[in-house]
Amino acid sequence: MRDRVARRAARLLRPGWVVNLGIGIPTLMARHLDPDAIHLQSENGLLGVGPPPSAAEADPNLIDASKRLVTRRRGSSFFDSATSFAMLRGGHVDAAVLGALQVDERGRVANWAVPGEPVLGVGGAMDILAGVRTVIIAMTHVTGEGAPKLVPRCTLPITSVRPADWLVTELATFRHGGSGLRLVEIDEGSSLAEVRARTAAAFEVDPEAGLREEGLP
Amino acid sequence: MSGKLLTPEEAIRRTLFDGARVMVGGFGLVGCPLTVVRALNESPVKDLTVISNNLPDPGVYLGRTLLLGKVRHAIGTYFTTNPDVGRAHVAGQLEVTLLPQGTFSEAIRAGGAGLGGFYTPTGVGTLLAEGKEVREIDGRSYLLERPLTADVALVRARRADALGNLVYEKTARNFNPIMATAARTVVAEVDEVVETGALDPEQIVTPHLFVDHLVIARERL
Repeated sequence: MRDRVARRAARLLRPGWVVNLGIGIPTLMARHLDPDAIHLQSENGLLGVGPPPSAAEADPNLIDASKRLVTRRRGSSFFDSATSFAMLRGGHVDAAVLGALQVDERGRVANWAVPGEPVLGVGGAMDILAGVRTVIIAMTHVTGEGAPKLVPRCTLPITSVRPADWLVTELATFRHGGSGLRLVEIDEGSSLAEVRARTAAAFEVDPEAGLREEGLP
Repeated sequence: MSGKLLTPEEAIRRTLFDGARVMVGGFGLVGCPLTVVRALNESPVKDLTVISNNLPDPGVYLGRTLLLGKVRHAIGTYFTTNPDVGRAHVAGQLEVTLLPQGTFSEAIRAGGAGLGGFYTPTGVGTLLAEGKEVREIDGRSYLLERPLTADVALVRARRADALGNLVYEKTARNFNPIMATAARTVVAEVDEVVETGALDPEQIVTPHLFVDHLVIARERL
């Protein structure tokens, strides 16, 4: 199911883009991307992230922001953390794909603080939402307990006032524009009734949402 | 040989003191000066404010510094991966200041560059904006963030020359070059020290004026 979300989110990326992938479902996306067409940026200081290394290639000083061993692509570069966040916050990175705990009708994302626990980690999520040109949220449609994650207003602490642009789940894809959330695609294994039943947020429905197989407006 | 070269124990003894603010490089343990941190753990210094992305890893290196009770205040971005941080914080033994990673990096950069702070859009309207000045500039809201500086920075590089010029190793670079600019005294742990002139000036990331002491790594990842 998580892989289905990753595959659907990967279709939103355009050839030539520089893309940052967050922790969670987004880390599953790399295998669905054309490595010659998408340049992956990792906020710990690498542009041109390659696939996981073979045992012989493994280098403990070559990791991504999830602290997994990686390789580097031809034409890659290393840089310090301030430069990395100048790229992200400064609007130089085309897209970021992030996981989320909640997304609301305003497109606002909550993905850094869990209720009832001390808030001890934020990482780069706030900077990425503040500055990356296109933000795609890739998440499961409901929580492990079945509660909707697409809600009228986030009840968890928000990560940014900047709305996400796209929201992808195993059931559907939503676009967030000026007028709120719009359902633009329904998974072929799902239905509008199921999406409605498992979504607490209000949304508009694109007339073609159920018909679209590939590609998005 | 370099006049800046010290043993890790000497480097800690000469630079650190009780109550010091110390920056430590690394994204997790990658780019963390392991040898110098071990010497720090074996020294008597305490009541430290540690400015580091996190306190890696549970029970070892900076995670051990925490368990030894040497850390009074941790300033960083992502402590979630070390459950000892949460426990110490809940027990009231550790003050934690959390900053977005880009704000943390830029605050160090600003500290090193002699700036009094900067306005960033990151964090506006969130819990991390509490108590911070909000200013509208050209129609967009920004938070005023203060610079970060330290008494000592402990950084990790791949190689130094005898003067103290530094080059780094892949993603072990991370916070190290900016921390090297933002502390009064800088200790750089390196794999080797080459003769002055042996490093290509186009490749040097940290010019020698930022570096006070060099330590040869005894342990690495």
